[in-house]
Amino acid sequence: MDNQINLSKDMFRPVPHEDRNPEKIRRPSIKYWSDVWRRLRQNKLSMVGLTIILLMILMSIIGPLINGYSYFEQDYSKINLHPNAIHWFGTDELGRDQFTRIWFGARYSLIIGILAATIDFIIGILYGGLSGIATRKVDNIMMRIAEVIYSIPYLLIVILLSVVFSSEGSGTSLFVLILAMTLTDWVPMAILVRGQVLQLKESEYSLAAESLGATKPWILRKHIIPNTLGPILVNITLTIPRAIFAEATLSFLGLGLQAPKSSLGSLANDGLAGLAVGNGYQIIIPAIFISLIMFGFNVLGDGLRDALDPRLRK
Amino acid sequence: MKTLLEVKNLSVSFKTFFGEVEAVRNISFDVGSSETVAIVGESGCGKSVTANSIMQLLPMPPAFFKNGQIIFNGKNLLDKSDKEMEVVRGNEISMIFQDPMTSLNPTMKIGKQIVEGLIRHQRLSKSEAKKKAVEMLNLVAVPEPEKRVNQYPHEFSGGMRQRVMIALAMVSTPRLLIADEPTTALDVTVQAQILELMKEIQNKLEMAIILITHDLGVVADMSDKVIVMYAGQILEEGLTDEIFKAPCHPYTIKLLASVPSLNMSRNEPLHSIDGTPPDLYIPPKGCSFYDRCENAMKICKDYMPEFHSRSATHRSRCWLNHPMAKDSERGES
Amino acid sequence: MKKYLFKRIIMSAITLWAIITITFFLMHSIPGNPFRKEGKMPQVVYENLQKKYGLDKPLPEQYIIYLKNLLKGDFGDSMKSKVETVNDMIRRGFPVSAYLGLEALFIALIFGPALGALAALYQNKFPDYISMIIAIIGISVPSFIMGTILIQFVAKNVSWIPIGGWGEFKHTFLPAVALSLMPLAYMARLMRSSMLEILGQDYIKTAKSKGLSKSIVILKHAIRNAVLPIISVLGTLISNLLVGSFVIEKIFGIPGLGKFFVQSINNRDYTLIMGTTIFYAIILIVLLLLVDIAYIFIDPRIRLTKEGR
Repeated sequence: MDNQINLSKDMFRPVPHEDRNPEKIRRPSIKYWSDVWRRLRQNKLSMVGLTIILLMILMSIIGPLINGYSYFEQDYSKINLHPNAIHWFGTDELGRDQFTRIWFGARYSLIIGILAATIDFIIGILYGGLSGIATRKVDNIMMRIAEVIYSIPYLLIVILLSVVFSSEGSGTSLFVLILAMTLTDWVPMAILVRGQVLQLKESEYSLAAESLGATKPWILRKHIIPNTLGPILVNITLTIPRAIFAEATLSFLGLGLQAPKSSLGSLANDGLAGLAVGNGYQIIIPAIFISLIMFGFNVLGDGLRDALDPRLRK
Repeated sequence: MKTLLEVKNLSVSFKTFFGEVEAVRNISFDVGSSETVAIVGESGCGKSVTANSIMQLLPMPPAFFKNGQIIFNGKNLLDKSDKEMEVVRGNEISMIFQDPMTSLNPTMKIGKQIVEGLIRHQRLSKSEAKKKAVEMLNLVAVPEPEKRVNQYPHEFSGGMRQRVMIALAMVSTPRLLIADEPTTALDVTVQAQILELMKEIQNKLEMAIILITHDLGVVADMSDKVIVMYAGQILEEGLTDEIFKAPCHPYTIKLLASVPSLNMSRNEPLHSIDGTPPDLYIPPKGCSFYDRCENAMKICKDYMPEFHSRSATHRSRCWLNHPMAKDSERGES
Repeated sequence: MKKYLFKRIIMSAITLWAIITITFFLMHSIPGNPFRKEGKMPQVVYENLQKKYGLDKPLPEQYIIYLKNLLKGDFGDSMKSKVETVNDMIRRGFPVSAYLGLEALFIALIFGPALGALAALYQNKFPDYISMIIAIIGISVPSFIMGTILIQFVAKNVSWIPIGGWGEFKHTFLPAVALSLMPLAYMARLMRSSMLEILGQDYIKTAKSKGLSKSIVILKHAIRNAVLPIISVLGTLISNLLVGSFVIEKIFGIPGLGKFFVQSINNRDYTLIMGTTIFYAIILIVLLLLVDIAYIFIDPRIRLTKEGR
């Protein structure tokens, strides 16, 4: 060995401690959220999902304006036209332009999904947070109530409410649809928030932070919020497709929005009649877009969950 | 004493997002047929990877063997197929893991878990197997073994579970037992019992033990030989007496000094080693302990020292062993 | 454990009561009167009808009477059908729905966990991708669309598979597949993540260290434990199946309870809506209870903690 290295006396001089850095961290350190974003970006499927969602949102805003037709304008000279150069997605049995109606429907579907998720989120945070910080007894009662509400079958109650609050033949208003959808669906969010609050209230790192003299707001900001945000975000992303799905099913059962307003679900319902007479495009196109939205939110939610799970961090 | 296990130039790496992490770097050691060898080091030093490499229990990928041989009973385990390894595992080599709370299947009865491997290897009948399970629980001093065999893990305390793990490992009378931090997760009082039990069984059944630990207190009364690992490498190796009485490597010295002892005075501070081990994703070029060493010299930064033998059994890897180092020290003072 | 069971049964009863109450009062809060809409009707007939359905009594009294009848197993009369009571319709429709639902559940239970386990065992390899593509399709495509697609592309091209109707096994095939896809996909995903988690557990390593073969480790140690979370969501899945059946029965023209329910919604047959809703609720809550009880017996850990309470 000695003959490989040219040894000199100088090489054996001690190196003072200050010249070395024993705490040196060689691996690049990555901030939490940028790390989450990095891992999310690596997940190709989630990125496809995110792109679909963004495109759908964009098109639901500008889509109905593109070809100059309105969603209610009927033209009996052009009923049941198959997709062509003028009516890109064809026309329905009343001669309305399907392209415009699809994007208009997508707008309603997305609004319903996003509003329902937002309301779930607000109720969930309030109820769950309150339950989490309340005394054991109150917490217990609140959770039992939530359990009872949650074991009421979701779509059954949605159907019931739509029946009650819509008079015959008038369809259901947007407000009632969203109300019905959030009536039981806030519970998972509340349970999630409560769980996080309880866990963090008693967790070792809050305790550690507190014993080091951190104030409560500081703990809330630095520990509780960042740690709760992840699961909540995932929950929201997965609530949206659930609400869209519920609305579509409802519309399909004839309990959706009042015509000529439409959602993707009611368009599919209308298209079902066309299927029998060879106008399959009337159901296939809305079906594709419902599925795309569902796909987008589901894979984004999955990707977010994986990206946020610290156990998967390498 | 016959050599049972010989690890030769073993290197194990993990592929990660950041690149290759060299968890074990070119280590060699051997274990005699009734010897107890302790592998000591901080967490992340590669001692568990070494243990799991012998059993070939590393998840591959991301882990892969870069180099080396693991010769057990004259045969290289790394050449064996999965099927051939199944005959070795649990039959000739057994393993006990760190956390008894998670190492047992929560939905399977204890008795079944103990004899499961045996049933497969030796084709025991149901009643024979049950008898064997009771016998094993008896051996590891679990009270009421007839009743206990039909219970589930959650009905056992941590110490009792580790006894079950030992029973599970011993049931096939292996020639080598690898104990990966067997007492770390246990209460101090239980730790002593478990170690005592392992020694007792070793005397009864004549087998070799590789004891992986970061607790030097455990090492002192269990092992014949000590291997000190740091950052995936062996820094010092010797008989237990040699390591405890005349440690050579600054890291070993520090490690020994950090063990609190009863005859320390109240005001004496506990010794710790400043800093953290290097990240093995870019292993240092020179001595891996350089950053934290009190005796570091210029040469240590860029060149890894070779082993220096102090006796037939005791060797260490440090530039201080070099004659020029002693000159230089003398020159300064 | 007895105490837990008791508590669980009480909770179920409370939930059921809450659903019945909510349904009853919601149905009676609908503005207007169901008989006023039937066009011009002589005052005498109207009053007789009111009397027949007990609508002339004050609401709390009607509620008590309804509860009493329910306890006797009487769901009341249909407002629109002159010949059948709600009980008759349930008796006629439920066996059909149950048959379809069980067939779908059977398909989902066989293929869902299997796909999930396969995906986990070959993580990031071909079988994983295939399974997860199926799962994503199952979750993204609502059952009414799946049903339509199956009719369009399978029933119209395969001669022995009928487009609709009921009576023979061949009639059940497509609707059961369409209905099973969502729970199947859900189970596959759950099984995959549960399996991946279990495969990383220490006791899997212990099992391997005993020299068990890969297949034994997977079958006896991994799958058995990975299946547990699936059992715990079985109740929710059955609930999904039930709602899915409304849609599927409509598309395939199957004379099940779901079809009656949808019809009752479209006809505004309030007593039938109320009756079927409550019947569904009872079925679901009993199933949820059964799943919970089964879970206690399957997972020894739960058994102990519940005993301790």
